[in-house]
Amino acid sequence: MKRFNRRDFGVDFGLALAAAILLPATTVRADDTAVHIDNFVFQPAELKIKVGTTVTWTNRDDIPHTIVSAGKFRSKTLDTDDKFSFTFTNAGDYKYFCSLHPHMTGMIKVE
Amino acid sequence: MSGHDHGNDGVSRRKVLECMTWAGTGVLWTITGGVPRSLGIIDSAEAATAAAPGMTFLQISDSHVGFDKPANPNALGTLEEAVAKINAMPAKPSFMIHTGDITHLSKAAEFDNAERIISQTKLDVHYVPGEHDFIDEEVKLYRERYGRGTKGHGWYSFDAGGVHFIGLVNVVDLKAGGLGNLGAEQLEWLEDDLRGKSKSTPIVLFAHIPLWTVYPQWGWGTEDGGRALEYVKGFGSVTVLNGHIHQVMQKVEGNVTFHTARSTAFPQPAPGTAASPGPMKVEDAKLRSMLGVASVNFKQNEQRLAIIDTPLQG
Repeated sequence: MKRFNRRDFGVDFGLALAAAILLPATTVRADDTAVHIDNFVFQPAELKIKVGTTVTWTNRDDIPHTIVSAGKFRSKTLDTDDKFSFTFTNAGDYKYFCSLHPHMTGMIKVE
Repeated sequence: MSGHDHGNDGVSRRKVLECMTWAGTGVLWTITGGVPRSLGIIDSAEAATAAAPGMTFLQISDSHVGFDKPANPNALGTLEEAVAKINAMPAKPSFMIHTGDITHLSKAAEFDNAERIISQTKLDVHYVPGEHDFIDEEVKLYRERYGRGTKGHGWYSFDAGGVHFIGLVNVVDLKAGGLGNLGAEQLEWLEDDLRGKSKSTPIVLFAHIPLWTVYPQWGWGTEDGGRALEYVKGFGSVTVLNGHIHQVMQKVEGNVTFHTARSTAFPQPAPGTAASPGPMKVEDAKLRSMLGVASVNFKQNEQRLAIIDTPLQG
């Protein structure tokens, strides 16, 4: 019953730390941010960002997902490790969900 | 199945126990008067022979052709094994239904590979789509292949062996926060399709996502499934066959029997036993005991149906 499709958090954290230390700050745009899909959950489920921020979703499950905000944006189907980015140019609350697994929901609050 | 009927049909407790001693590959269920009776583990060959009278059809589900992740790096291979198992059955079934997720990513090559393998059964196959069959860019590959003669997103009905079969689509226009969805247009069609049918006609409803609420936390249910069930309420024998959850689950409510089939690709965890409903990695030696197909037998005038779930390896 052991599951192997979860990423090893330790490794990810280690790599992120290494990147933070080794990469010059200019290569990472401070106002861009990430949402991960792990175990059919958007993490973080709610995100507060400033207008102009680009959010990038990464699917880390073994099952495809989508990111859909009715009338606002819609990703292609993301297979494992595929990414989708959207730049928020208007303030507001953006509810979104996975159109394949609609119990998966998230929110981006843009100020 | 006459030799294995319960109680008043004359089978003794001893006979049942005898059945259970056969190192078998399937669990036989019979339903009489709305009460499910597990008759124990039986050998699939024995079951198929016993089931010969009446009509037998097969259910195959969730083949996920194209899936290659650790839970099963070769989903096409296990589909081939399932087809070999079907071809080895001593009594040829009348036809087969496939309850969706034929492919993993709706790629043309995946549909082609699935067709190449499944057609080796030389059986008529009645398909309904899973959400994985509708994710190509133009959402057309499934319907080009299997949509002919269907309504809306691919729903239809047909009659076989005195039974009325209804294939429903509950993987389209899903709403945020919700479950599977049939939609008003399909429900209207369903009501119309059933109008005028004799209440003694056995009904089989099949769709990808369970029409009953299995576990809403994982999306395992259909938002408006209850409305479809309202329409079949008056019928004496109703069987609801679904896939999606990659495991056998059964319940009986009045005259309605609900049953879900195994996948031929990978198992999923029992509700709430894992962090998510995603593919479950099990030991290699155990995988084939968690994959399989189902065969369903009807006998005319008996308001009874038997479902035998046969794993690829038991």
